[in-house]
Amino acid sequence: MAKKHSALLMRTYVILVFCFMYLPIAVMIAFSFNESKSRSNFTGFTLGWYKSLFHNEMILSALGLSLVLALVSSVIATVLGTLATIGINSMSRRSQLIINNISYVPVVNPEIITGVSLMLLFVMAQSFGIGGESGIFGWPTLLIAHITFNIPYVIFNVGPKLRQLDPSLYNAALDLGCTPRQAFSKVIMPQLSPAILSAFLICLTYSIDDFMISYFNSGTMQTLPIAIYSMTRKKVSPEINALSAVMFCVILAIILISNAADSRAYRRNQNAIRKAMQDEGGR
Amino acid sequence: MLKSKTSRWLAGPYLLWMAIFTVVPLVIVVWYAMTNTAGQFTLDNLTQIGRYSSVFARSLILAAISTVVCLVMAFPVGYFLSRLRANKQHIMLMLIMLPMWMNFLLRTYAWMTLLEKNGLINKFFGLFGLGPFNMINTSGAVVLGMVYNYLPFMILPIYTAMTKIDDSIVEAAQDLGCNVWQILFRVLVPLTGPGIATGITQVFVPAVSTFIISRMLGGGSNLLIGDLIELQFLGNSYNLNLGSAMSLVLMVIVLLCMSFTSSFDESEMEGVM
Amino acid sequence: MKMNENLIVSLKDIVVDFDGQKVLDGLSLDIHDKEFVTFLGPSGCGKTTTLRVIAGFVTPKSGNVFFDGKDIANMPPYKRPVNTVFQKYALFPHLNVFENVAFGLRLKKMAEDEIRPKVLEMLETVGLKGFERRSIHQLSGGQQQRVAIARSLVNQPRVLLLDEPLGALDLKLRKEMQLELKRLQREMNITFVYVTHDQEEALTMSDTVVVMSGGKIQQIGSPQDIYNEPKNAFVARFIGDSNIVDGVMLRDFYVNFGGHDFTCVDRGFKPNEPVQVVIRPEDVQIVPPSVGMLTGLVREVIFKGVHFEMHVDVEGYEWIIHSTQASQPGELIGMNIGPDEIHIMKRSEV
Repeated sequence: MAKKHSALLMRTYVILVFCFMYLPIAVMIAFSFNESKSRSNFTGFTLGWYKSLFHNEMILSALGLSLVLALVSSVIATVLGTLATIGINSMSRRSQLIINNISYVPVVNPEIITGVSLMLLFVMAQSFGIGGESGIFGWPTLLIAHITFNIPYVIFNVGPKLRQLDPSLYNAALDLGCTPRQAFSKVIMPQLSPAILSAFLICLTYSIDDFMISYFNSGTMQTLPIAIYSMTRKKVSPEINALSAVMFCVILAIILISNAADSRAYRRNQNAIRKAMQDEGGR
Repeated sequence: MLKSKTSRWLAGPYLLWMAIFTVVPLVIVVWYAMTNTAGQFTLDNLTQIGRYSSVFARSLILAAISTVVCLVMAFPVGYFLSRLRANKQHIMLMLIMLPMWMNFLLRTYAWMTLLEKNGLINKFFGLFGLGPFNMINTSGAVVLGMVYNYLPFMILPIYTAMTKIDDSIVEAAQDLGCNVWQILFRVLVPLTGPGIATGITQVFVPAVSTFIISRMLGGGSNLLIGDLIELQFLGNSYNLNLGSAMSLVLMVIVLLCMSFTSSFDESEMEGVM
Repeated sequence: MKMNENLIVSLKDIVVDFDGQKVLDGLSLDIHDKEFVTFLGPSGCGKTTTLRVIAGFVTPKSGNVFFDGKDIANMPPYKRPVNTVFQKYALFPHLNVFENVAFGLRLKKMAEDEIRPKVLEMLETVGLKGFERRSIHQLSGGQQQRVAIARSLVNQPRVLLLDEPLGALDLKLRKEMQLELKRLQREMNITFVYVTHDQEEALTMSDTVVVMSGGKIQQIGSPQDIYNEPKNAFVARFIGDSNIVDGVMLRDFYVNFGGHDFTCVDRGFKPNEPVQVVIRPEDVQIVPPSVGMLTGLVREVIFKGVHFEMHVDVEGYEWIIHSTQASQPGELIGMNIGPDEIHIMKRSEV
């Protein structure tokens, strides 16, 4: 009886925590349909804020910049990071440890430190005349900053996968007639590709989401988070609510789709394993 | 085998990149912190920081409170999640990560509107004839913003550590005579130590260095270290040398925090990213 | 068993060291064509390293590897006419069963319409007909094992190297696969080099057993030779249970141990040379104490299913005796040993 009681208590508690996490978002979404600008009185339904959001030049161009920046920086980070992982893996234990520790720096350092330290570097570079009259703050600095904080995520996603790889897979490929290069492209790369892909996706999300580091290195350019920041600084605008709602739905859709794909693959696999067991038993 | 000598060169571009864009910038921070605008060596920047000790103290205290609140809130959630059936766990995890994927400026903005004097929460209290309370622009609001933003970073590592605890361990503890609290402090907490350590780092570090949450929810009167640094680099009091000195101090604080928590576990970082 | 005398693989004075530690210490070995050879020994004895030297994954520090009379010590693995079945199979998880088996053929740029029948035939040979579109994750351990064998054999290697391939399987499946491997070797009519630490497996399957320890070969011979005539105490201990006692070779065909003179079939020792005597537990006959050549006190009796295992104290030595009839602990028994059952080894040969 007491056990049942505490289970109920626990469940209630967890529901409360989830309410805490979702209520603010729910309120924002609800008020994105509010006719007036009031943030506490719901006066009537409208889609007007969505309409003005999709005509907001600042938001749209910021979104465009963020997407391009994320894509370019993630591609470069993924390539550099994957190559690095393979290189690091063939080094001695000691050098691996040192490099890994350095790679952790951008991950564990407060974002603001990464942001200002890069900014100082660029300020210094400018003082040496790099970038000419207009300076270098803008595209180049944003790109460099994003690549810099993205690469470690590639290394820490692909690295463990590479280390887990059964070394005899590579030997087996050689044994069956692959040259070392073929063994790499035909056997090792296909094994790593899921990890590389997920590293790339992580880079994309971090890049799109980043505010702190971009903030110090964007010059006059506005990424989406910087545009959001300037919106929150200015007068109240329900367009932000609409933007939140849109983003929430996009994220939700991505998660649901990837989840459905995952669970279908999982179920198919489970069925096949069961079947294999039966085959084995029957023989 | 896979470890041929030539493949080491593949790490070259990355190592060069890290050297220029991670190591050198940190060296520059140290250099700026130790020089004046004319480029001469000085410790003035560091000694000046003493003037801001109240801001540093506030940052540390608010971040510490938020971390503790997160820990207390997250621990039961982590336990509850880890005891669910596998497919339910999956859904719940998604639910926890979903808000994390929303831009944190938007999430913080949501609280801004809720906590306002004529915001929804005060309106709710008004129904019972209470308030209006002054909630926005207080240090309480800053803590709330920190907890709200960083709670998932505490739940996830604790949950991960919990999943490694077998049901039979809890049953064995009961069998040996542990009551609920004894199970908690003698079994669950020690076994989830590494997860707790990771969670503490993941909440404390961003909380102590933020400037967005304090600016949006704390008003002008609740400056944190992050605000100070931002003011030196992009704000009105533009002073790169002083800003670097502050950054250096912040880095030391973070390093101390991490060396404290990493004594629990070294390898956990890889698993949580 | 008569081997044809064609050498296929020949190792000469192979030395391998890892970080200064000698793993193979001047090892020389001849492997005949179409032979089933087993490297047998405890873990760390160098058996797997020897296999990897033949496969080309380990380059010896010194020594030669001859294949068909040609030195291949510096030939990379992908050019060697041998294939390996790996300990944990090393199947390519991103390819299905068919593609795994077809992997080597595709590298040889074989035409598609040639590959298909070959792969299907090989899958049928290993008993996996109809499995070609399965993914590797959807196979049981035994099935993965078969795919690994098919993947190697389809390339028609002259020599198939197998590195403890049955280690991960349960006992019943292991026995089944032992017979299966033996059948495959006969059917394909090629050389199998097999590595195992399981002496029973080695004795069941092999034409020739190579017993190894400490990076050196202890004995090479047919399973019967190895079992019946162990060359030294290591081999005797490693292959089955045995009683090894100190004795003195009085003269040819006469040995003294346990306080009694025995006739035996060994000769060629110096008079009164100290020797070690090996007696298999099942070769001791239990008789009434009064007529026994030796007497012993039964300490312990353990039922083993087919027989009883008895631990018997004979003048301070503990003997192990297998018998279908149980004596009682504490009982005094007599023990007789026939001349054929006594194996004499020189002292301290290990």
